[in-house]
Order: sequence, then C-alpha cells, then structure tokens
Amino acid sequence: MPRRVALEGSHAVSEAVRMADVDVIAAYPITPQTHIVERLAEMVANGELDAEFICVESEHSAMSAVVGAAACGARVFTCTAGQGLELMHEVLFVPSAMRLPVVAVIANRALSAPLNVWGDHSDVMAIRDCGWIQMFAENAQQAFDLTLCAYKVAERPDVLLPAMVHIDGFHVSHVVEPVLLPEEETVREFLPPSEYPFPLDPDRPVSMGCYGPPYIYTEVKKAQEVAIENSYEKVLETFKEFKDVFGREYRPVETYRVEDADMLLLMMGSYAETAMLAIDALRERGDNVGLVRLRLWRPFPAEELRNVLRGVKAVCVFERAISFGMGGPLCAEVRAALYHLPEGERPKVVSFVGGLGGRDVSVEEFEAMLRRAKERVSSDELEGFEFVGLRE
Amino acid sequence: MRGELSWKELEVGAIVTEPGNAAEYRTGDWRSERPVRKQELCIMCGNCYIYCPEGCIVLKEGRYETDLYYCKGCGICANECPKGAIEMVEEGK
Repeated sequence: MPRRVALEGSHAVSEAVRMADVDVIAAYPITPQTHIVERLAEMVANGELDAEFICVESEHSAMSAVVGAAACGARVFTCTAGQGLELMHEVLFVPSAMRLPVVAVIANRALSAPLNVWGDHSDVMAIRDCGWIQMFAENAQQAFDLTLCAYKVAERPDVLLPAMVHIDGFHVSHVVEPVLLPEEETVREFLPPSEYPFPLDPDRPVSMGCYGPPYIYTEVKKAQEVAIENSYEKVLETFKEFKDVFGREYRPVETYRVEDADMLLLMMGSYAETAMLAIDALRERGDNVGLVRLRLWRPFPAEELRNVLRGVKAVCVFERAISFGMGGPLCAEVRAALYHLPEGERPKVVSFVGGLGGRDVSVEEFEAMLRRAKERVSSDELEGFEFVGLRE
Repeated sequence: MRGELSWKELEVGAIVTEPGNAAEYRTGDWRSERPVRKQELCIMCGNCYIYCPEGCIVLKEGRYETDLYYCKGCGICANECPKGAIEMVEEGK
C-alpha cells in the first residue's frame, strides 16, 4: 500500500532516486537544489542507499562524473539549479549525443545578475537545446513521479537519452506537501536494473565520444534528432505504464477546464496550480477560460499542443523567462507550433512574462492577466510581451 | 571507408565498436598542396623520411614515396630535401 507522507519537494525527489536504486550520484550543492543531494548524501551515509556519492568541486565535474559512470552502465543521478546548470552547460550536450541515460533534476532558478537564488525559468531556457528529454513538475508528487518516469524512459533501449525533470525552485523544492510514496517493491518492478547496451568493458571494447569530422558530424546529429523525435511515443508509453502501476496519469500537454473555452492560459511549472484558482474564479463569473500546462518540454509536443489549441480564439502564454531582444521563448515556440494551422483554426497568441527571480504571481494577478489578454486580443495588440506585476 | 556511413548505419551515440580504426582516417583530405618527388634528383639521404611528422614517407622497391592517404601537405619534406627533389604542387593542378 502506498504511504501518504508529508515531504518537502526536494525530499520527494531524493526518495524517488533512492527507490530507483541509483549506483552513482555526483553533485555540488546550490540553492535551491541543495536539500535533494543533502538528503541523498544522508541516505548513502546511513546505508539506506547503496550508491557511490561523488563530492565534486563543480557542476561541470558533476555532469562529467555521471557521464563517465553512465558510460560504464551505472544508473546515475545529479541535480543542480540556476548558475550551477550554466556551469554544467558544456557537458550537458555530451550525454544526449552519446545517448547515455543520465537523469537530472533541476530546481529552476533565476540567473545572475543581479544575484538571485529564487525561482524562474531562465536557467531552463539557456539549456533548451541540449538534447535532453525535459519534463516539468508542478508539485512534490509530480516531482517524485516524473523522476521515476525519467529513468524509465531514458533507459529504454529504444530511447537511450538523458532526461531532466524541472521543479520550480522554492515553490516546489522547499514546500512540504502530502506525497503518496509507493512500496519500494512496486518501484523496483517498474524500474528494473538498467541494461545499457554498450557499457565500457575491457572484454568488449568500444570508443565513446570520438572525434567527428565534417564528413560524419551531420549524420550523427541527424541520428540524434531522430532519436529524440522518436522518444515522444516512448514518453507516452512510459506515462501509460506509470498510470497502470501507480494510478496517476500524465500527458505531454495537460488541460484544466478547457471545454468551450474562448481563451486558454498556457504555462509550464508550479504556477499552474495558482492559475487553476484564477480559472475557477473567472469561470464562476461566466468567463470561458481554461488552462493548458506543458508537462513535456522536449521533445516539444507540437502536434498534441495543436490538437488542444486548434479552433480556440486566443491563447495567453505566461512564462518565467525572457529571451532578451526577442520576448518569451515559450511563447515563440507555441506560436511556431500554431503557424501552419489554417486561418480560422489558428488562435491569436498574446505573451506575458512574470514570476521572475522568485516574484509571486497571485490568483488576482492571473485573473487580471487574462482580462488584459482579452483586451489585447480584441484590440489586436498581439506583438511583443507584457510584464506581470511590474512597477512602472 | 567508414566516413561514408549513412546516419542509419551509425551505432547508437556514434559509438565505435571496432577498436583501432583511427588508421582509416584519411588525413590526406586536409592537404591543399601535395609533394611531388623527382626521383632522378633523390640521393636517398632519408631526410624526408626522418622529418615527416606523419610518418607517411614509405620505401617502395628501394625508393622513397609519399603515402598520400595520410600526407597533410605540410611541406616539411620539401623544405628539408637537400637536393630540391620535392616540389609542393597545389591540389587540383
């Protein structure tokens, strides 16, 4: 029987990693991720988890260490946030191209300057193109569940890609919530030991991470792109297997009260839970609004997104990052996904940016955002983006 | 040669499962000038053999020749030849 326990979001991740019975953990502490590895270090020290815990001197080394361990066939874990993810940047592109099923959890944090340890998605957007499968959790339960799903899909022999779970710094990482913890046995059955097909082995020598001159690099990149495109179906299968075992259902694109909606609010991460209250309040007052949450960020679920958004009058994209000089990066991708829909089926899209560097966005602010979105759509002010909660 | 593999033929993660195949890498592709040897001027002193950084001067039937599969066209052999027997000629000419 699953146990219902109160757990901090970070510790829910640590529990998932323990139950996944990882072999190697390498991490460097950084707010707001520290609690995850702190708890894992405790578990290893107490003998509750039989794993190598490598205390590295930087995030660059953390990712390098787990890449090496994964190449030996180990199940690995690392996690970081903000500046740490940036220091990892260079190495992030290695396991995706070498097809090593590394799993990482990122407690999303703003980037300096000014120095800010609080949450937003600037760190995620800076590593958007690193070739990992990327999912967003909204709460501690999802952080636990999606960490298990990350291992399950990453290690599939027909996937073999690294996978990243994003949890909002503080809003998920530091909040204590009820979490249903399954029996360890059930997790072990869901997640049998990893069977990486080419572990470094003196009896079966292989060369990994070879030099790739111009005459082969394009072919390698094509193979990598096909791998992540194909992983979409495997993510769906993984979510289904997860539901069959644990009862909770995930989708690449999840919706809330979207029936007959004229306007859909779209976002990623934990603010979706606040936004639901705004949707409820607006629905009560007769506004036909709904909510769309991207669970899967990479591979980008363009087709599923089109199916959800097709025919809706307008979409209001809210995001916690800016691509300076261009606007909201999530909004740009949503617009691109909708571009080829025929006129009449293609929603108008308005962009809002907020919740930067840990700034709260209240239920009332989400309501105001949706009212403003409506104005912008009716007055055709579709270009650019507006800040939420900005003092002029 | 392996460089002509299609993307579908690559091993997962472009892993190389056959050890020691760096020898197949045609470094001769880098060359913009190739050494052309006038055998009648060559006195078999072996300077080119000694100075070649790629080890691609080979003895064939008692005469020195350049293995153009690997020769990168650096021109050191031409520079070191005391008899001026090696001339660097632009590729494509």
